Amino acid sequence: MKVTGTAIKFGDNVDTDVILPGKYLVLIDPMELAKHAMEGLDQVFPEKAKRGVIVVGGKNFGCGSSREQAPLALKHTGVKCVLADSFARIFFRNAINIGLPVIEHKGISAAINNGDEVTVDFEAGTIQNLTKGESFQAVKLPPFILEILADGGLIENLRRRLNKK
Amino acid sequence: MNITEKILAKASGKNTVHPGEILDANVDMVMIHDLTGPLAVEAFKKIGVKNVWDNQKVVVILDHQVPAESVTAAELHQTMRKFAKDQQLRIYDVGKGGICHQVMPEKGHVLPGTVIVGADSHTCTYGAFGAFATGIGSTEAAAVFATGKIWLKVPEAIKINVHGQFQRYVAPKDLILHIIGKLGAGGAIYKSVEFRGPTIRDMSIAGRMTLCNMTVEMGAKNGIVEPDETTRKFLEGRTTKLFAPFESLISDTDVAYEKTIDIDVTDLTPQIAYPSSVDNVKPASKMSGVKVEQAFIGSCTNGRIEDLRVAAEILKGNMVKDGVRTLVIPASQEIYMQALKEGLIEIFTDAGALVCGSTCGPCLGGHMGLLAPGETCVSTSNRNFIGRMGSKEANVYLASPATVAASALTGKITDPRELEAQKA
Repeated sequence: MKVTGTAIKFGDNVDTDVILPGKYLVLIDPMELAKHAMEGLDQVFPEKAKRGVIVVGGKNFGCGSSREQAPLALKHTGVKCVLADSFARIFFRNAINIGLPVIEHKGISAAINNGDEVTVDFEAGTIQNLTKGESFQAVKLPPFILEILADGGLIENLRRRLNKK
Repeated sequence: MNITEKILAKASGKNTVHPGEILDANVDMVMIHDLTGPLAVEAFKKIGVKNVWDNQKVVVILDHQVPAESVTAAELHQTMRKFAKDQQLRIYDVGKGGICHQVMPEKGHVLPGTVIVGADSHTCTYGAFGAFATGIGSTEAAAVFATGKIWLKVPEAIKINVHGQFQRYVAPKDLILHIIGKLGAGGAIYKSVEFRGPTIRDMSIAGRMTLCNMTVEMGAKNGIVEPDETTRKFLEGRTTKLFAPFESLISDTDVAYEKTIDIDVTDLTPQIAYPSSVDNVKPASKMSGVKVEQAFIGSCTNGRIEDLRVAAEILKGNMVKDGVRTLVIPASQEIYMQALKEGLIEIFTDAGALVCGSTCGPCLGGHMGLLAPGETCVSTSNRNFIGRMGSKEANVYLASPATVAASALTGKITDPRELEAQKA
């Protein structure tokens, strides 16, 4: 699985309250959630993300609440994947479980500028900054996680595995 | 092995486990609430399994938007009630429970040595009882409903040794804020945080819950305290189930920790987390003068009877400052009733504070007590992120119940010890 897109950068400790404020948690439709993605930091983010972007975070991306609505909102704005120096663990699992690819690589936020074209190869664990012509080797995701992502999320993966039995 | 490793080894049928190892663990209990539950129910339906793996091991709690503040919330609650009825699950509805992390142990759903996952980040609170407990998302909760299992990476552990005696009006909340300030918001990311030492042994269950509750604010997977007599006393009358002998849940003495931190609380003073990061921590005495429009005492971090008692002690016979809306929210119906019996509700009401029914309330800005642009709240809750409690132009300062009560009286953030000194 490979994705390419334009980078939109955020800083360290981006929490799920700024990714999706608590007052919208009563919304069920992912497209409605998407309208409020990143509202705490950038009001026009959903407009920017429409063209299919890669979010680049610093340390501890997605910290705070376990709300799955946060990665859901990002996914449905058009975010293709999230890269970060490190992730908060619940966000990391949630993103994978709903089929939003994530990859962690220490120092990656310093190596990518806003607007850079970036390609991520999840099987190989490589991140390429096409604008700068630089390449980075991240720690590969374990095979069972790649499988969940390839299936489009945990539910699809589970359905497939349960049907096999 | 340490306590976390011992629990995870048992849950995955292994004799021994090591940090970094990925396990397929059996889950003893899973919890969902009204904001994470509806997505879990929807996901569960898509899996195509008819029934949850074990209806005795799933608990549904309505606590975030209760009583329903909108038709949308009412519909979500309806979804949850129907799911609980169809699957014959234990549900704690409005008036029957309270905040999930208080209700779970109160009703005997948290036992030492068990693996508990909950679709809420503060599920780590149950580590106070010597359980391995961690937050998960809605989809993952649905997968647990179907399989009873979850994959977990064995975390590296940080040991926090605490000794010394707290000064008057210095509380476990000040200790955990101090620790988070020291380690940083990502300082325990993916890790287990084990609290040990004489101060922890002397600490109430309420205090241990406050500590474990906020470990997620430094990124931890779980916070944990070895169970002891205090744990046993709390569990008495709350459960008839058997649980692991406590000797089997004591960390081995030769076990390696990624990091060990020693803290003497003797000189610890009341602490405050400034907006808008929980690790932005400074002593309360340094910030007298920050004006507040709202003071909030409650939440899964600090809505317990011990917290209400100390707040009432400070508010008794006084009136909260004009212009400070003071909200007191007991964490559960049981605590509400206890506060009623002890006369605390009367003290709060006489002081001009508003006592609300048990709910998460203003903590997450979903329901009740939201802030307008430019307003400031001093709060006993756990997060001060931008927009957390309403407007993104509002500010939230986190503090202990004593500090919040003192601040409600003066109208500005106040070290409770200074207020006492003035009175003397």
